[in-house]
Amino acid sequence: MFAARLSKRLPHPRARVPARNISVTACRKSDALFVHRDTTYNNPKIPFEFNEENTKRAKEIISHYPPQYKKAAVIPLLDLGQRQNKGWTSISVMNYVARLLEMPPMRVYEVATFYTMFNRSPIGEHFVQVCTTTPCMLRGSYDILDTICSHLGGIKPGDTTKDGKFTVIEVECQGACSNAPMMAVGDDFYEDLTPETTKKVIEAFAKGEKPKAGPQSGRHTSENSAGLTALTSKPYGPGEFCTPEFS
Amino acid sequence: MFRSSSSATQVARPFRAKLRRTFATVQDPPVRHYGGLKDQDRIFTNAYCRHDHGLKGAMSRGDWHRTKDIILKGDSWIIQTIKDSGLRGRGGAGFPSGLKWSFMNKPGWEKDPRPRYLVVNADEGEPGTCKDREILRGDPHKLVEGCLVAGRAMNASAAYIYIRGEFYQEASHVQQAIDEAYKSGLLGKDACGSGYSFDVYLHRGAGAYICGEETALIESIEGKQGKPRLKPPFPADVGLFGCPTTVANVETVAVAPTICRRGAPWFAGFGRKRNEGTKLFCISGHVNNPCVVEEEMSIPLKDLIEKHCGGVRGGWDNLLGIIPGGSSVPVIPPNVCAEVLMDYDSLKDAQSGLGTGAVIVMDKSTDIVKAIARFAHFYKHESCGQCTPCREGTTWMMNMMDRFVEGRGHQREIDMLLELTKQIEGRTICALGDAAAWPIQGLMRHFRPEVEARITKFRMEQGPVLFGGRLKSQTDPTLALPDNLGANLPEPEAALPPPPA
Repeated sequence: MFAARLSKRLPHPRARVPARNISVTACRKSDALFVHRDTTYNNPKIPFEFNEENTKRAKEIISHYPPQYKKAAVIPLLDLGQRQNKGWTSISVMNYVARLLEMPPMRVYEVATFYTMFNRSPIGEHFVQVCTTTPCMLRGSYDILDTICSHLGGIKPGDTTKDGKFTVIEVECQGACSNAPMMAVGDDFYEDLTPETTKKVIEAFAKGEKPKAGPQSGRHTSENSAGLTALTSKPYGPGEFCTPEFS
Repeated sequence: MFRSSSSATQVARPFRAKLRRTFATVQDPPVRHYGGLKDQDRIFTNAYCRHDHGLKGAMSRGDWHRTKDIILKGDSWIIQTIKDSGLRGRGGAGFPSGLKWSFMNKPGWEKDPRPRYLVVNADEGEPGTCKDREILRGDPHKLVEGCLVAGRAMNASAAYIYIRGEFYQEASHVQQAIDEAYKSGLLGKDACGSGYSFDVYLHRGAGAYICGEETALIESIEGKQGKPRLKPPFPADVGLFGCPTTVANVETVAVAPTICRRGAPWFAGFGRKRNEGTKLFCISGHVNNPCVVEEEMSIPLKDLIEKHCGGVRGGWDNLLGIIPGGSSVPVIPPNVCAEVLMDYDSLKDAQSGLGTGAVIVMDKSTDIVKAIARFAHFYKHESCGQCTPCREGTTWMMNMMDRFVEGRGHQREIDMLLELTKQIEGRTICALGDAAAWPIQGLMRHFRPEVEARITKFRMEQGPVLFGGRLKSQTDPTLALPDNLGANLPEPEAALPPPPA
């Protein structure tokens, strides 16, 4: 009866409001995925072991730390493993490092999920990281990001190109702010970018070349591009200007 | 009273007509202008990597020159020299370095059997900061030698250089420097032939801004998540591997040998009192020629930009604001920028901070709200998640700032956001919470009208906005709307659009 009265007063109840359905959370595909799910390419049954060179290096790294704190080497070793495993840290890499350092695997998973430089899913051959934090943003880093994404066939940040050559992500400050905007491809920084030079760098990588790292504008490092304002003279030598004791 | 004093002068000075003095009898001391550092006083002579960064090149530039004698002078001499030089930590907090190093040598430290560590913080992640990078790749030997000198001062047995993982080229330069130093006997069992045993190790991080915090950095070296520890105990008591540790910035450590060789008075001769020395400044953003440059402390901010960076893009009048010390200090408006000196105290008086000396310049084309909102994104991304106020607060601030970029908010939400920042500040283990809160406070302190104007504009276009960003037009009219959602609140007077002329 109440319902009948209500409908009389409001001829079209909730006409503008969309009906609510049972909602399902969308699958979150981001670099910050913290859950491991076994897949054909990433499961603990895939074997992984350091090659001979890396075993030697690992031993050297472990020797840097006190013997009872072997686990201090976990970050450098995961990095070694990631380099050997085509740029990403699979569950097998983590398990192997845990065995090697005699620590519970969970402690390794904790570390691997905390630090952003460990990719827990496969990446392309060239890992392009574009910094978009404010100092770079002020110099137009979003244009650089858009240029790269559209140049690589309209992918989105976080995606890999279909041919598996490039993975592009947006990262936080890389510490080259005076050379903004910048991107890192693999281990190398490409700085002072413009959309044109960015395209050139990306094209060179696509061709399999390795363009010269550093500023792309022609300046050497982070000096004033209009001519040096400091360190113009020959650097002083040993003992010069020192106190008499040390001259 | 004045008359009596003049009569007294009359008595004292018979030749009154000759020596008549005007009212302004007190002479001002000559005004000292800071800045204009000469090349011969620059410590980082290879900051632009124009010379050889290897051992041979470094020695020709005066590194490792009679380091043995510095080591043999002993710990108290080095610490006293650093204290006299007035060196303050270059990592941002500005704590006097000599004092900090002396905490390692408490009475009776010799009886402690534990090893002692120096940890060098090369995890340079603060947006705007790129000074340590130039030291690491151009002058790595200055850092390695600095490790030995600073390590000797605090009687450390080893140094770990924690370098951020992204700095691959820089890490290889430092590793090369360490290897060369070992080979030439400058490090190791008998460092520089002084009989002092000292090791230097390089440890690469893996991308976490929070690891720039000293205890998080220690945790990270120990192979754990980089989550800051509660203090006390301070690292000088219980630090790396449970041993006495001191964490110092790259620049602080790298300048130590040069100060010891050239003398504390030389270093103390630069800059204002309590802000002595030279400093690497990194200027980024809207200047004509961004650069990294070593200058005298207390150089006026305007001089620094005009002299070394070719001025603000479009002239000084085109300036909107400057963030003088990296992302975590508040922005300052142009009128303050014109007067402020680049040192700890002057910038503190301007309600900002020197931080790491990272100057981020913004001209009038900048969307200042968006720029600060981007910082909020950064802090949200980099919060380690250990303390609730920071973990939840950074997300909350990011969401609110994102809404303010387009103006989707209520005038009252500005104060709510400010209150939120106050609730985060000082309630977390480390300073990341404070660092996330300060830029927003700075924005609201100096650019609040801009935010208000956006909110008013959005409201005029889209109608009233509820707290939390929902439009009133999106609400269900058949349901009662609680009053605490702000839908029915009148906007404050100031925000009303001006009446039509």
